[in-house]
Amino acid sequence: MRRIFLYIFLIITSLITLVPFIWMLAASFMTDGDASVFPPKFIPDPFTFVQYEILFERLNVARNFFNSLFLSATVTMISLFFNSMAGYAFAKFRFKGKNKLFNFLLSSMIIPSQVTMLPLFLMLKSIGLINTYMAIIIPGLANIFGIFLIRQYVIAIPDSLIEAAKIDGATDFQIYRKVILPLATPILVTLAIFTFLGTWNDFLWPLIALTDNSMYTLPVALANLMGEHTKDPELMMAGSVLTIIPVIIVFLALQKYYVRGIMMGSVKE
Amino acid sequence: MDKSATRSVYFFLAPALSAIFIFFFIPVIAAFIISFTDFDIYALGDYSTVRFIWFTNYIELFNDPLFWTALRNTFYFVLVSAPLSIMVSLGAAILLNSKLIKFKAIFRLSYFIPVVTTLVAVAIVWRFIYHPKFGIMNYFLSWFNINPVDWLGDPVWAMPAIILMSVWKNFGYNMIIFLAGLQNISEELYEAAELEGASSWQKFKSITLPMLAPTTAFVSIITMIGFFQFFAEPYIMTQGGPLNSTLSIVQYMYHEGFKWWNMGYSASIAFVLFLIIIIGTLIQFKLQKSH
Repeated sequence: MRRIFLYIFLIITSLITLVPFIWMLAASFMTDGDASVFPPKFIPDPFTFVQYEILFERLNVARNFFNSLFLSATVTMISLFFNSMAGYAFAKFRFKGKNKLFNFLLSSMIIPSQVTMLPLFLMLKSIGLINTYMAIIIPGLANIFGIFLIRQYVIAIPDSLIEAAKIDGATDFQIYRKVILPLATPILVTLAIFTFLGTWNDFLWPLIALTDNSMYTLPVALANLMGEHTKDPELMMAGSVLTIIPVIIVFLALQKYYVRGIMMGSVKE
Repeated sequence: MDKSATRSVYFFLAPALSAIFIFFFIPVIAAFIISFTDFDIYALGDYSTVRFIWFTNYIELFNDPLFWTALRNTFYFVLVSAPLSIMVSLGAAILLNSKLIKFKAIFRLSYFIPVVTTLVAVAIVWRFIYHPKFGIMNYFLSWFNINPVDWLGDPVWAMPAIILMSVWKNFGYNMIIFLAGLQNISEELYEAAELEGASSWQKFKSITLPMLAPTTAFVSIITMIGFFQFFAEPYIMTQGGPLNSTLSIVQYMYHEGFKWWNMGYSASIAFVLFLIIIIGTLIQFKLQKSH
């Protein structure tokens, strides 16, 4: 009896959680005006792709989609490289002031990124990088959370493996490349998803740093579109589907790595 | 330590640390300095017009009614949505940790999906969900004979509407952390309590909550820090309105800095936010210690 009650509760609350997505998906396949009726419809009738056609043919969102994809992929690859090198150094090298430096970095994670945005804007503007891809890539080159995540993982790799490679005459970079990176693959995947989704979903900085419709990432383009199409829920839902679907696919494919990241991030030393 | 090892350390640390130093720490210091200047739209064209005005920005801020509105709204948002979202997360985690149920992965997934999705996109979806005439929120309430509410158009309801959406968007994240915490609590504690005839509520109060205290403290801190920075929700759903009832600190900072180019003033807003976050975190640490 208690079990049935529990199941009913779980099913209802899950449905409530998912209803916004279900309605979004349904409305995106409706013709103009069909999502502005009472009672609301959950099944598109007639079913149409016309909203997606408008997005791609008239509003050129393919370009914004590409911007988001390209920037997220680029930031992910570069920061993965930089963060993994630094994470390895903090995990396996001994040098003066290491712990102090690491703790200093960790405690500075409390600084809200908004504080940096004004000077960062001025800096990038003075070298002509505002409204370019570099404006998004540069602040994402490396990040403290990424270094932390990798360091926590690499620290558990046995020193004996590194020693053995050294005896075989491997250089430090070869050790990083041939020993550390392969063994750290799970955490690299985790960090890759975090960075990819973080860059894809980011809004405030791209809103500031990109000033041209052709440079906008999807969220900025979508916010911009919203200003002109407050009365077109069907079109806006199609835009939202387009923005959300890639994120959900990446997440579903690599769920287990993502969840691991949340848990590792929550383990303090 | 030999020289080549030192060189290696530099080699591995230099790319990440110089990027963080140049594009994070220097901007933080620069923002601090800018907050003591009258950096404005003229300075954007000619840096030589910038003057030091010491605490003028901060004093002006103190006398700026709109800043106090933004501050009040932000505190309203954080003080309601953070505890609410933590309670929902904990409830969901306890439910999903129950031995009675199967298919946990599916339920966990559906609770978690909002976390990974793009905030701007879901804010747009919710803007239509809250539509006074056609929104599914009012439709849902009509089943219970509740009259339609103009969620985002009414200064009283706009903030609760944004809070509800934020809780929906965020609770899955903390739920995962709580689930991990719950799985670390030894089963024996519960068995011992059962032998002594403890009720579910008693077990929750004297085993689950105390054992989860460190997790709760961590979750409270990260949730609070994140919520203090809320921006996209009001930007998309209400533009800070109606009557500035949802204007947030970050939104005000954005407006002053990047709409009106009052960058000195905007930098001082950013530092007040920073200060608030530090104080909030210290309070949380204090609370954690006293328990």
